[in-house]
Amino acid sequence: MIQTDEHILSGTSVDLNPSVGGEDEYEMVYHKPETMVDVCMHYCPGCAHSLVHKLIMEVVEDMDIQEKTIGIAPVGCSVFAYEYMNIDMQEAAHGRACAVATAVKRLMPEKYVFTYQGDGDLAAIGIGETLHAINRGENILIVFMNNAVYGMTSGQMAPTTLVGMKTTTSPEGRDLALYGAPIKVAELMAQLPGAFYVTRQSVNNANAVRRTKKALSNAFKYQQLHKGTCLVEIIGNCPSNWKMTPLEASKFIDEEMIKTFPLGDIKLPKLEAI
Amino acid sequence: MTELKLMKGNEALAEAAIQAGCDAYFGYPITPQSEVLEYLAREMPKYNRVVIQAESEVASINMVYGAAGAGFRAMTSSSSPGISLMQEGISYLAGAELPCLIVNVNRAGPGLGTIQPGQGDYFQSVKGGGHGDYKMIVLAPASVQEMADFVYLGFDLAEKYRNPVLILSDGAIGQMMEKVQFKDYTPPLVDKSWATTGKPKNRERNFITSLFIQPEAMEQHNFKLEAKFKIIRENEVRFEEYQTADADYLFVAYGLSARICQKSMDIAREKGIKVGLFRPITVYPYPYQRLLELAGQVKMMMSVELNSGQMVEDVQLAVKGKIPVEFYGKMGGMMPTPEEILLHLEKLIYYDTN
Amino acid sequence: MEVNDSAIATNSTKKVKGRVDIDIQRCKGCELCTVACKEQALSLSDTINIKGYRYIVANNNVCTGCVNCALVCPDAVITVYRTTAKKKKIDVTPLDIKGQLLAMNATIK
Repeated sequence: MIQTDEHILSGTSVDLNPSVGGEDEYEMVYHKPETMVDVCMHYCPGCAHSLVHKLIMEVVEDMDIQEKTIGIAPVGCSVFAYEYMNIDMQEAAHGRACAVATAVKRLMPEKYVFTYQGDGDLAAIGIGETLHAINRGENILIVFMNNAVYGMTSGQMAPTTLVGMKTTTSPEGRDLALYGAPIKVAELMAQLPGAFYVTRQSVNNANAVRRTKKALSNAFKYQQLHKGTCLVEIIGNCPSNWKMTPLEASKFIDEEMIKTFPLGDIKLPKLEAI
Repeated sequence: MTELKLMKGNEALAEAAIQAGCDAYFGYPITPQSEVLEYLAREMPKYNRVVIQAESEVASINMVYGAAGAGFRAMTSSSSPGISLMQEGISYLAGAELPCLIVNVNRAGPGLGTIQPGQGDYFQSVKGGGHGDYKMIVLAPASVQEMADFVYLGFDLAEKYRNPVLILSDGAIGQMMEKVQFKDYTPPLVDKSWATTGKPKNRERNFITSLFIQPEAMEQHNFKLEAKFKIIRENEVRFEEYQTADADYLFVAYGLSARICQKSMDIAREKGIKVGLFRPITVYPYPYQRLLELAGQVKMMMSVELNSGQMVEDVQLAVKGKIPVEFYGKMGGMMPTPEEILLHLEKLIYYDTN
Repeated sequence: MEVNDSAIATNSTKKVKGRVDIDIQRCKGCELCTVACKEQALSLSDTINIKGYRYIVANNNVCTGCVNCALVCPDAVITVYRTTAKKKKIDVTPLDIKGQLLAMNATIK
């Protein structure tokens, strides 16, 4: 029988075996970044969006650039990113975040400007703006959340949906003959000379999270160089629309998604470009 | 006042943009307004301003959104098919209450149409165009001088009301060469504390959005916008009248068709027909009140437009059925002559009196 | 925000001990932290929080403060404490960009 306990009202954690003795001195080694708004995020349990929001805000806090960062939110599940990131943000029309970011960065080149986009936003309706912003070498960071499905509109096929993957608009599985293969955005955009740093990471285990944070941190630092666009593609899960638990979704990334979307750096900054 | 210059309409508009302190221009080539983009691509870098030839009109209007959201004076220009592409962006700009200037050098349509001038975008400009309940202040120049003057006015109004402003020109005024003078101008100081310039410690974060997912909030936001448009309607109506004091009949026309009607009116007067011309300068907010007053004086109004009949509906609304409202139109980019406009009026007068 | 250990070795023979605090009202019971924890210190409660989720409870006796759970937590509900954390100065304004990048490139996988 489900029951609630009194301690729930106070919101403190439950220690199954509280440690005995007080001779140990504990220091805080990890806390939620203060650059996040202190509010519950609406994302589903286990959603990669909230995790990556946290990582980006950690980088902003580490680098102490809250006053200098402007984020551009997409249309999709993360349309409410501006409710959770405590920085100035603009909500762009669907797919157009790279155009919006282009203008913001050109007019305020000393600021840190990033877009945060999902598969439909960046790779379907927004593929033109994305490609041209990278081709122009706009000095922005593009964070591309790739979960192979349209989340907010309840699970339609995305340009990145795997062949054979069932979605509401590919109920028998994505048909290669009808819809083509999933688009590998990182490889596609890395070919453009304006792309300075392109990488694909995931966040489905602790080490992957560490690598992704490192990639984001590097990408933010590269903005100071004004040498081109940084694109960080992050393979995320969508437990709700994949019809899996968060743990099953993490496994699915390792077993299936990475076969189509290999992780790693696709384009590293050339040292002579510095 | 600076020296008198002979300039093409599009270029006068571009030069005025620089002098009005436009920080950023984003555009895409389309006839008959590519000169605006070309002029600014050449001149803006000299002033360290931003100019980008974007990959499409869709990208252009979204770049305007980003620039306006960051508190800068931003503008774009296009012609009818490109303005159609911008409609989503315009709705977003209005919903997010962002000031900006958009220029439509109207060409005849629909569809790809032709490159000759038209006035078929009237409905698109003043009745909506984009989705949702919003309005733009729409200024209709009828000369190269007004192409320049309306840029200063447009930016000032946009920032005063935090709303997009549209300059509704057409292919003839954009391409013709006339004398123009640029005035001495300093942009007025406006509060832009809402802009996304980076959140300092002493204020809350700013976010620019037109999303209000709770219906209660969406309704409140719409009330706010409607209140703003009401103030605009009460304060920003502009028009010009020519020989209306003793007129029996009235041409109602804007932009290029007003110029042709002016000649028509002169010929009519020579023939002894007392015709006046009423030229709205703002087609939104429309000068309904003044037209209603004139309806008490004239016997008939005739709207003259380069389309199948769009502004005529606003004239009908204005006079509230008091007098007949007629229409003369020309489509496809064809130009009516002053004589044919007058002939149509004379026919109407004949049928009315016989 | 993670505070990394520096390279300075400790000559203490004490075992590293950790402790986690969980904001149970914000926890959504996604269980991602349970597999991230090498010590299997985390499990779902039998009871539910205000939002109706079963939340995570911790066995702090076996916690080593490795921060894995907090890293994978999508909702940032975990705060981690450790006994032998050595503080390292956080690098905020890199002065030598080229040197930094050379160092960074050496560690990017």
